[in-house]
Amino acid sequence: MQFSTLLISYAEVALKGKNRSFFEDALIARIETVLLNCTGSFRVLRYTGRIYVEAQDYDFDETIEALQHVFGIVGIAPAILMKRIEKTDGVPSALPDTDCIAEEVLHFMREVYVETGRATAAHPMTFKVKCRRVDKKYPLTSMEVDAILGEKILDAFDAFTVDVHHPEILLHVELRENVFIYSDILKGPGGMPIGSNGKAMLLLSGGIDSPVAGYMVAKRGVHIEAVYFHAPPYTSERAKEKVVDLARVIASYTGGVKLHVINFTDIQMYIYEKCPKDELTILMRRYMMRIAEKLAIDSHCLALVTGESIGQVASQTMQSLTATDEVVETMPVFRPLIALDKQEIVTVSEKIGTYETSILPYEDCCTIFVAKHPVTKPRVDVIRKHEVFLEEKIDALLERAFATGEIIDVR
Amino acid sequence: MEVYLDNAATTRCDNEVAALINEILVNNYGNPSSMHALGVKAERRIKTALEQIARTLKCKPNEILFTSGGTESDNLALLGVAHAYARTGNHVITTAIEHPAVAEAAAQLEKEGFRVTYLPVDKEGIVSLSALEEALCDDTILVSVMQVNNELGSVQPIEEIGRIIKARRSDIFFHVDGIQGYGKVPLSLSRAQVDLYSVSAHKIHGPKGAGFLYVKKGVRLLPLLHGGGQQNDLRSGTENVAGFAGTGLAAEKIFSTMEEDAARMRALRSLFCEGVLQEMEDVIVNGAGTESASPHIVSLTVRGVRAEVLLHALEDKGIYVSAGSACATNHPKVSPVLKAAGLSDEDASSTIRFSLSRETTKEEIVTALDALQDVVPTLRKFQRM
Repeated sequence: MQFSTLLISYAEVALKGKNRSFFEDALIARIETVLLNCTGSFRVLRYTGRIYVEAQDYDFDETIEALQHVFGIVGIAPAILMKRIEKTDGVPSALPDTDCIAEEVLHFMREVYVETGRATAAHPMTFKVKCRRVDKKYPLTSMEVDAILGEKILDAFDAFTVDVHHPEILLHVELRENVFIYSDILKGPGGMPIGSNGKAMLLLSGGIDSPVAGYMVAKRGVHIEAVYFHAPPYTSERAKEKVVDLARVIASYTGGVKLHVINFTDIQMYIYEKCPKDELTILMRRYMMRIAEKLAIDSHCLALVTGESIGQVASQTMQSLTATDEVVETMPVFRPLIALDKQEIVTVSEKIGTYETSILPYEDCCTIFVAKHPVTKPRVDVIRKHEVFLEEKIDALLERAFATGEIIDVR
Repeated sequence: MEVYLDNAATTRCDNEVAALINEILVNNYGNPSSMHALGVKAERRIKTALEQIARTLKCKPNEILFTSGGTESDNLALLGVAHAYARTGNHVITTAIEHPAVAEAAAQLEKEGFRVTYLPVDKEGIVSLSALEEALCDDTILVSVMQVNNELGSVQPIEEIGRIIKARRSDIFFHVDGIQGYGKVPLSLSRAQVDLYSVSAHKIHGPKGAGFLYVKKGVRLLPLLHGGGQQNDLRSGTENVAGFAGTGLAAEKIFSTMEEDAARMRALRSLFCEGVLQEMEDVIVNGAGTESASPHIVSLTVRGVRAEVLLHALEDKGIYVSAGSACATNHPKVSPVLKAAGLSDEDASSTIRFSLSRETTKEEIVTALDALQDVVPTLRKFQRM
C-alpha cells in the first residue's frame, strides 16, 4: 500500500531543552532539502514531539533512502494518518471513535500483512496493539483501546495471534492531535541535524579512514569542508577523482562538501631535499595541518578532522600525533577514529558506501615517498629544529600552494 | 603539443571511417533483418564490409564473423571451440603472455574442467616451441597464441607454431589473437594454417565496440549469444551496421598502406630506442630488437622511476603513454606478462609502453625523447627510499 504519511522520530533532538525548536527547524530544513530531489509531492509538518511527512505520488524506496541520509532521524514509520474531526457549532473537535480507528487498523493489517502474504493462517504472526494516548481527553484509556482493537483484529483475520511479551508485530496507535497507525519502523542514521553544530575542515585522503572520520563528525550535526593534498605527477588525476567521489558520499549526508584541492608536490619535494628522510612523513603532516588550519580559519570552520587512529601507522603513534598536533594553534583537531580498530572502520565505511571507492589502487601523496623505516617516536624539539632547514623557501611555497588551490563544490 | 603514443591502447578513429559511420547511422539505418528495402540496403552494406575484410586476409567473406571487438572475438574462439569439441578432447594450450581476453577465457575453461597448458616465453617474449611440442597431446583440441604481444611488442613465430600443431594432428585448432598484429605485421593465414583469428577495429583507426573473428570454413563454434539467429546463428543480436562498415573501411585502409606505414614506424621506433639508449642511463628496451619486434610497440624500463609517476610526468608535457603494469604501493600487482618475460618485480613496475601508429611523426618522437630526458633525472632524484 502507498502510505500517505511518514512519521519521523528523532531522539536526541528532543532532549535539547530550549534549543529544541532550533534543532527541529534544522532537521525539517534538511528533510525538505533531500525531498526536493525525490519524485512526488511532500509536505513536512510538525506537532509536539513529532515530525511527519505527508507524501503523495512518491517512490517509496527512493524517499526512504533519501530520509536515511538525514542525520537526526532515528526512525521512519510508514503510517496511516486519521485527522481530528473538525469543530462544528458548539461541538469541540475530537479524535475519531474506536470504531472508525478499528476500520483503519483492519485496513492497515490487511494491506501490510495479509495481502502481502507476510501473515497467513498457516503461518500466523504474533501481534500486540500499543496505544499511546497523548490526548488525555480521549474517552477511553490506552489499555482499553488496546483491548478493543486487538479483539477486532482477531475477529477479522485468522492470520494473527496475540503475544503481549514478544510480538512480531507491534502495532502502534498514537492518539495525538491526529491519529497515527503504524508498525514497521525503518532505521534512520541517528545523530543530529546538519548545521546544528557549526562547520569543520576534514583532511581527506583517498583512503578508508578519512571519509569515515568525516561521516562521524558530520553525524554530530557538523557541516564538513574538506582539503585534499594533490601531488602531480606522483598522484594521478584519477586519485583526485576518487577523492571527489568520496566527498560526494559525505555530501549525500550533509548536502554538500566544499573540497579544497591543494597542490602539495613542491612542498613535499622541498622537504625531501632538505630534511632527514625518516622524518619526511611527519614533516609533511605538519605542513598539511598548517595548511588545513589556514583554510579552516578562512572558511569559518571551528575544528580540523582527521582519520587518524592510535598506532595504525608510524605517523599515528602518540608521539607523532603530538608532533602534528602542536602546529595547530587556534582550534581543536578531532580524531573520531582514534580508538577504533581497522576492521571497525572498514565496517562503517562499507555501511556508508565509501569502501569500494577507498580501496581503488591509486596512490595518495602520503604514500609516494614513504621511508622504509619512518620515525615512530619523533621528538618535537628535533622536528622543530629540522624545520629550520626549510626556512629559505617554505613560506613562498606555502603561499603558492594557497594561490594555486582549487575549490570543488561537491554535491 | 599533444603527442599520443598510446596507440596499442586505442587509436584515433580515421576521419573517413568516422564520416562513413555517421552517414550509415543517419541514412542507412535499417535493420539488416528487415524484409523491406531499407533492411536489404543495410545488409548489403555489411556484405561490402565482409568483402573488404576478406580481401585483407585472403579468405572468403563468409569466414568472417563480426563481433563487439577483441574480447568477444577471443572469448568466442576459445569458449566456442572448446564447447563445440569438448567430446573430442579436453586440453587447451595457450601462452603465459596472452591478453586477459584470452587468459581469462582459458581460466574459465579450467573452471569448467578443461586442462590448460600455459607455454613459457623467453626474455624477448617469444613463446617456447619445444614447450609447445611437449605440451601437444592426444587430448589437445585448441592452441591459442597471440600474434603480437601488447606489452612487449614481441612477434610470435605463428607460421612455425602452425606447422608444429598441424604436424602433430590436423584436427587441433589454431587460434591467433591478431588484435595487435593485424594491419601491422604481415601474416598469411593459409601458410600459418590458422583456423581462427581475432581482430579489434579500434586498434586500426576504426570504431570502438566492433571487431571480427575469422573462422575457417568447417570449424564449428558454439555461440556465446543466443537470440534472433543473426550471422548464421553464431552471433545473435542486430548487427552493428555502422560499426561493422567502419571496421571494413578501416581494415581496407590500414592494409592499403601497411608496408610503408610499417617501415616508417620501424624507423621511428629505432630512432626512439637508439635515442633512449644513447642519452639515458639505466634504461632497458624490453623484448626483441627493432628488426624483429612489432614496429609500433616499445616497452621501456626506466630504473629508479615508478611507471605511474613517469606516465603522469610525461602527461604533464602532453605526452600520452601507458604504464607497463598497474602498480600501486597498497596493491602491488605486477604485470604477469612482464614477469613471464623475466623482468623482476622492480623492473616491471618501472616499465612504460610507447606505442606508435601510422599517424605518428618524427617530430612527436623527438618531443617524447626530449621529455623523457627532461623528466627522468628529476624523478630519479625523488625516489622512494
